[in-house]
Amino acid sequence: MEPQHDFHKSAKAISRMLRMIFGFFLVIASLLIYLMVDPGLTAFKAAPEVVVEPAAADAVAEEDWDKVEDGIHVRTGFVAEEGYMTVVNNCTNCHSARLVTQNRMSRESWEATIRWMQQTQNLWDLGNNEEIILNYLATNYAPQKKGRRQNLENIEWYVLEN
Amino acid sequence: MERRHFVQKSGLTALSALLGAEIVFGNRLPVGLPLLGLQDPDPFKMFNKDPQMVLLNDKPWNMEAQAHLLDDKITPNKFMFIRNNGKIPENIDVAGWTLSFDGEAARNPKTYTLNDLKTRFPQHTYQLTLECGGNGRSEFDPPAKGNQWTIGAVSCATWTGVRLRDLLEDVGVGSNAVYIGYHAADTHLSGDPTKEPISRGIPIEKALQDETLVAFQMNGKDIPLAHGYPLRLIAGGWPASTSGKWLTGLSIRDRVHDGEKMTGSSYRVPCEPVEPGAKVADEDMCIIESMPVKSLITYPKSGATLSPGNSLSFRGHAWAGELEVSKVEYSIDFGSTWKACALEAPANRLAWQHFSGNANFPKKGYYELWVRATDSRGNAQPMVLPGWNPKGYLNNACHRIAIKIA
Repeated sequence: MEPQHDFHKSAKAISRMLRMIFGFFLVIASLLIYLMVDPGLTAFKAAPEVVVEPAAADAVAEEDWDKVEDGIHVRTGFVAEEGYMTVVNNCTNCHSARLVTQNRMSRESWEATIRWMQQTQNLWDLGNNEEIILNYLATNYAPQKKGRRQNLENIEWYVLEN
Repeated sequence: MERRHFVQKSGLTALSALLGAEIVFGNRLPVGLPLLGLQDPDPFKMFNKDPQMVLLNDKPWNMEAQAHLLDDKITPNKFMFIRNNGKIPENIDVAGWTLSFDGEAARNPKTYTLNDLKTRFPQHTYQLTLECGGNGRSEFDPPAKGNQWTIGAVSCATWTGVRLRDLLEDVGVGSNAVYIGYHAADTHLSGDPTKEPISRGIPIEKALQDETLVAFQMNGKDIPLAHGYPLRLIAGGWPASTSGKWLTGLSIRDRVHDGEKMTGSSYRVPCEPVEPGAKVADEDMCIIESMPVKSLITYPKSGATLSPGNSLSFRGHAWAGELEVSKVEYSIDFGSTWKACALEAPANRLAWQHFSGNANFPKKGYYELWVRATDSRGNAQPMVLPGWNPKGYLNNACHRIAIKIA
């Protein structure tokens, strides 16, 4: 009886060990699969970022998502005139709104810029939105005559001590 | 930098890290996570820039200095402009970083590790002026498209690295070599992995100059991330876009390099002058090479008010692309009369030169201090905008600051 009991015991032990090994491999395998999907472990890295401070900033940002102040769309800086949300939705995916708002161009030049982005920068076909976008840009971001040299502007006067 | 190195471990390293998973994550969580910092809304903190720097664009990151911030003789990182065409690379693996030479005119295509570069070739340090080709674009009329740089897209830091010439000699340059084109690790804004945001370069003659470096240090330290860490091509005196950041490859071409931003209106100006607003055909555009003569008054800051009888000590820097500045003058009467400034020799070729002067004002009132530099070939800065061009490059009109005697 003794040896048989021993046999049962070791059989149980082996089966337990096999299950453990199998379980261990299962864990390793799932970790490896996770690494394949997310080699940068971004899911783990994102956590502390949220904790630091942007958490509060994000909450505010969401609240202010569509906020308009003094005729300016706060989140992007666009003039909140007809068609601006179409511009926000089509023109701020790749680059910042700042690249638009700091420029002044004629309708023709804005159109040429859109064509250039479509030909070389992977901008999609804007369909019916193109007319809305061009009208908006040509109206709100039109060039002003500057001449060959402008006056010095925005001077902050201060006393220079000798 | 260590933290940054850490994050992009992948493949085998990640596998081996797996066994120590708890330690790995434990190490990761408390640190400042510089990579996530790339999404940090405060670029001044993220790039160690002075809060007085002016943000022009946040996707991609573009930031310029103001004149009075550039008063240092050697520009520190905190006042150095940032000009990016694409996204800053996020996973920088310094241990595995390599620089590959290829191209039609490369005799023996080769790949060097960062360590190879640092140990196998003599190192050199030069102070080099880097100015964005579009510095001053904001003044053009009709306006030119792009980031609206005013005057602050210029810097003159010291760069340490190996001579590109030494590397080219090691690789072997065919007699058919015409141009060197760079390739880098930054990524395209659209996210398209097949697109390079920018891949410019320099003619072989410029590549062979003493001062043309493959640099790994700026101002004696690792190059800051926004300025090309860990490796950057440096071609002083030329549009800063020729000094490719996050350098991973150099192609020795048997033709003018045709990478991204080498063609069309990018970094090119009409070969012959055109009237403002003219349409210029591609074949009539020429690549910008040496930057033109220019200067900046860095002290005092514009807007100084002095009491009558006091003279004004002012100073700044002047540079002239490939050339030296031979003369700097100032005017307080809108260019009617000019007086000489004191001018120092450059620290080395292609470094900016320091000027200083002392102005006296005849009576109370509003004045503008104008400064104009002249290069060694007699070309002086214009008082008004120079030749209009479609993308608004090469504005070297004289710098002006406002002064009041009251």
